[in-house]
Amino acid sequence: MTERSRVVTPEVAAGAGASASASAERSAERPAERPARPPSVLGAVAGAPTWFRYALLAVGLGVALWLPNGLYPTVAVDIACWALFAVSVDLLLGFTGLLSFGHAAFWGTSAYVTGLVAIHAGAPFPVAVLGGALAAAALAAPIGYLAVRRTGIYFAMVTLAFAQMVYYVANEWRSVTRGENGLQGVPRELAGLDLTDEYYFYYAALPIVLAGLFAAWRIVNSPFGRVLVGIRDNPARARALGYPVHRYKLTVFVLSGFIAGLGGGLFAVGHRFVALDVLHWTTSGKAVIMVVLGGIGTLWGGLLGAAVLVRLEDWLSFSGFDTIGLVTGGIFVLVVLLFRRGIWGSVAALAQRLAAGRRRDS
Amino acid sequence: MTGQPLLSVRGLTRDFRGFRAVDGVDLDVTAGSVHALVGPNGAGKTTLFNLLTGFLRPSGGRIALDGRDVTGLPPERMAQLGVARSFQITSLFPRLSAREHLELALQSGSGLGWRFWRSAKLLRRYRNRTEELLELVGLGAHADTTADVLAYGRKRALELAIALALEPKVLLLDEPTAGMGLEDVDRTVDLIGRVRDGRTVVLVEHNMSVVGRVADRVTVLRAGRVLVEGTYQEVRVDERVISAYLGTAATGVDDVAR
Repeated sequence: MTERSRVVTPEVAAGAGASASASAERSAERPAERPARPPSVLGAVAGAPTWFRYALLAVGLGVALWLPNGLYPTVAVDIACWALFAVSVDLLLGFTGLLSFGHAAFWGTSAYVTGLVAIHAGAPFPVAVLGGALAAAALAAPIGYLAVRRTGIYFAMVTLAFAQMVYYVANEWRSVTRGENGLQGVPRELAGLDLTDEYYFYYAALPIVLAGLFAAWRIVNSPFGRVLVGIRDNPARARALGYPVHRYKLTVFVLSGFIAGLGGGLFAVGHRFVALDVLHWTTSGKAVIMVVLGGIGTLWGGLLGAAVLVRLEDWLSFSGFDTIGLVTGGIFVLVVLLFRRGIWGSVAALAQRLAAGRRRDS
Repeated sequence: MTGQPLLSVRGLTRDFRGFRAVDGVDLDVTAGSVHALVGPNGAGKTTLFNLLTGFLRPSGGRIALDGRDVTGLPPERMAQLGVARSFQITSLFPRLSAREHLELALQSGSGLGWRFWRSAKLLRRYRNRTEELLELVGLGAHADTTADVLAYGRKRALELAIALALEPKVLLLDEPTAGMGLEDVDRTVDLIGRVRDGRTVVLVEHNMSVVGRVADRVTVLRAGRVLVEGTYQEVRVDERVISAYLGTAATGVDDVAR
């Protein structure tokens, strides 16, 4: 949405700050004539009234509770896990301006650690997932420390390089990871409950998913989140205001690794199996595609992107289509070329335009 | 307080691949004064400015702030120690509102920025101070406008407001009137006059009439070195300054550079 407003010259924008023509010019921007509430860093819903945001939250929770009834429960579990992963990527990409192309390292490390803890310690699955996520966060610290010194494409390359290293270590360390056979028979232990049915496991896992999503929302809407957005938009200015930019980036990188780890751990328990491809670079790429598809910097977009992509892939493979990558790749290209804001961002922009139009008419 | 240098620079040097942009500069900025750095293009003003704020590391020499050696500290440390700056090219956060800019600046010293588990509503504690600063720079009516749609002069005013929000010991302004029309220039001069109370200001400025109106001391730089230092009245009639600006001419600099 900055694209549009950059076109507006400062003179025009200021001189006609309250006039209808100017607000039509920057309909994607929060209209200046409604100063009642400060605009949120959550750009896509910034113009929406409070009741609308609560309604949105209610709908989101409703969908989350209904999901395994409307979809094949295995797919529902996958969507929930990938949603966490996508949101963790959006935390960096959308709110800090860092494109991590190696987040599979945290998703996959957590999947393996969760699997190992569950198998060898027989721990209840939430404990195993927490252990996996903590391991992912611990791994994110040194990788982040080195990566945040770079920006843009170099940051993406450094994260990719480290993720590839983790992949090869896992491949070679067969005594622990079982190499290409993967970890088999990851148990789903929780207080003696029978969770073998995916339908019940979905509901057992849902609190962890919601906790992870809430954490991401809280991070974005905290004083810390404000600093992140400042760093994203103008790092030099943030430094001049006294913020140690590297340390902030490292902190959010570790937090993001933790949330990705929650998703990866649940994914391992959900599939009762951990294979090497959880660490593969295509896994990192898939999470990025989900965020871009859903809408960067919106959080909701990550959920939507995960739902759409997982459902689509499931449908394609069920139909016997064997070049899924071609379809998802094609969609990715289309979104980047035509809908830069992603699904969520485009819909939100459209809604704001309509709302602005209605105000003008009345 | 008078006579006490708040910012003291000795032998400051900066090389760029064999080119010496700042060459052994000595500078003392007295507490409570407005000190202007002037000089023709390429004199090293902006480089000196970036050295003073930590955005560049010196190749040699020392910078002391309030008696403390701060040479080579990164910009965020300089800011924490009380050196706030504005930028020559307006440098704001395009998608944050004026109010959010000030909250971001005000929370800087508090450690609040690390609280990722707390609500951003905590920032409401800065409401009064935010209103005060916005009023001071004349942006009271624009608190909720995002920076990208503010007019140019108002962007500059917002720059100044967030620098002031840091409660700096030294305020460094890099060409505060660059690119402004006459009306905005007058407003900015008024503004500097208002905010200088109890503060120490260093500014880089091309517009000699602005320098004449706000500066107590003027340091003229040329080719990375200090050419002359003195009051505006002393400097404007100095032969070396006139020839630095004009080659050789008989007029005072302000008549030409205006």
